[in-house]
Amino acid sequence: MKFGVLIFPGSNCEHDAYHMVGKVLRQPVEFIWHQSKDLKGCDAIVVPGGFSYGDYLRTGAIARFSPVMEAVRKFAAGGGLVIGICNGFQILLESGLLPGAMLRNKGLKYVCRHVHVRVESAETPFTGSARRGDVLQIPIGHMEGNYFADDETLRQLEDNRQVIFRYCTVDGQITDAANPNGSLANIAGICNEQRNVLGMMPHPERASEAVLGCDDGLVVFQSMVNSLALVATRS
Amino acid sequence: MKARVFVSLKRSVLDPQGKTIHHSLQNLGYGNVEDVRQGKFFEITLDPKISSEQARAEIEKMAKSVLTNPVIEEFRYELEAGEARA
Repeated sequence: MKFGVLIFPGSNCEHDAYHMVGKVLRQPVEFIWHQSKDLKGCDAIVVPGGFSYGDYLRTGAIARFSPVMEAVRKFAAGGGLVIGICNGFQILLESGLLPGAMLRNKGLKYVCRHVHVRVESAETPFTGSARRGDVLQIPIGHMEGNYFADDETLRQLEDNRQVIFRYCTVDGQITDAANPNGSLANIAGICNEQRNVLGMMPHPERASEAVLGCDDGLVVFQSMVNSLALVATRS
Repeated sequence: MKARVFVSLKRSVLDPQGKTIHHSLQNLGYGNVEDVRQGKFFEITLDPKISSEQARAEIEKMAKSVLTNPVIEEFRYELEAGEARA
């Protein structure tokens, strides 16, 4: 199961993702430069966090025009697994691979701390090894994580069970106090209708080893590996 | 030919920066300020040889595809003559 980690000018979490996939999960992993027009035969793509293109114009707005994103669009349309983390989530929103948009945090401050998120659906390749209702402790670090969508889009997300993570209290309650950035309906992560593209603001790659204080995030990547292995044995 | 494009959050989208600026202005004693919306401003220089119709078409296209995120933002613009269009 080969993972590809994209690098844009200004990405800064690509090594975390690379380390986690390669050293913790012991899966083949390769960096893919933003100018690349192909994905090097990877089975899953990680769009990492950071400040691609200095967050110029809007977060993720310039990265979406990179040559590699055209390849990612085709890969996703063919059912390939794509996970966008933090700035990666913002890039997927700007690319139209996921619905909605990010606003500046409600409190107007950069928020960098551990939060709790509740797994809202285990029926995705990214949460298949978790259980619905599981509470994961994963850090966030962002200024624009205030998820917004119009009423119709939100209704579709809820009806199709596309909300995958919600900010919650330590015991899994969805409250305003547990919402770090003002996100609509406490949304921390969503997937597309086909469930093969996921975007999330928390950083699971920063919480994947006990030595880092928490390994709750590992389940996201472990789920991807398990899901890909399952597909491989079936074909 | 120059185009000036003004981008702002849609009315239906909360603008926390605008609200904060509004509060600051009130605190400074500007009691007549009823609302503040913050946005972006682009000044775009175009080939002077193109027609204003073509300029309008291109500016609208780039505003919709690049300068704004239509999920949260709207725009208006004016060409050099000062003509404003929604």
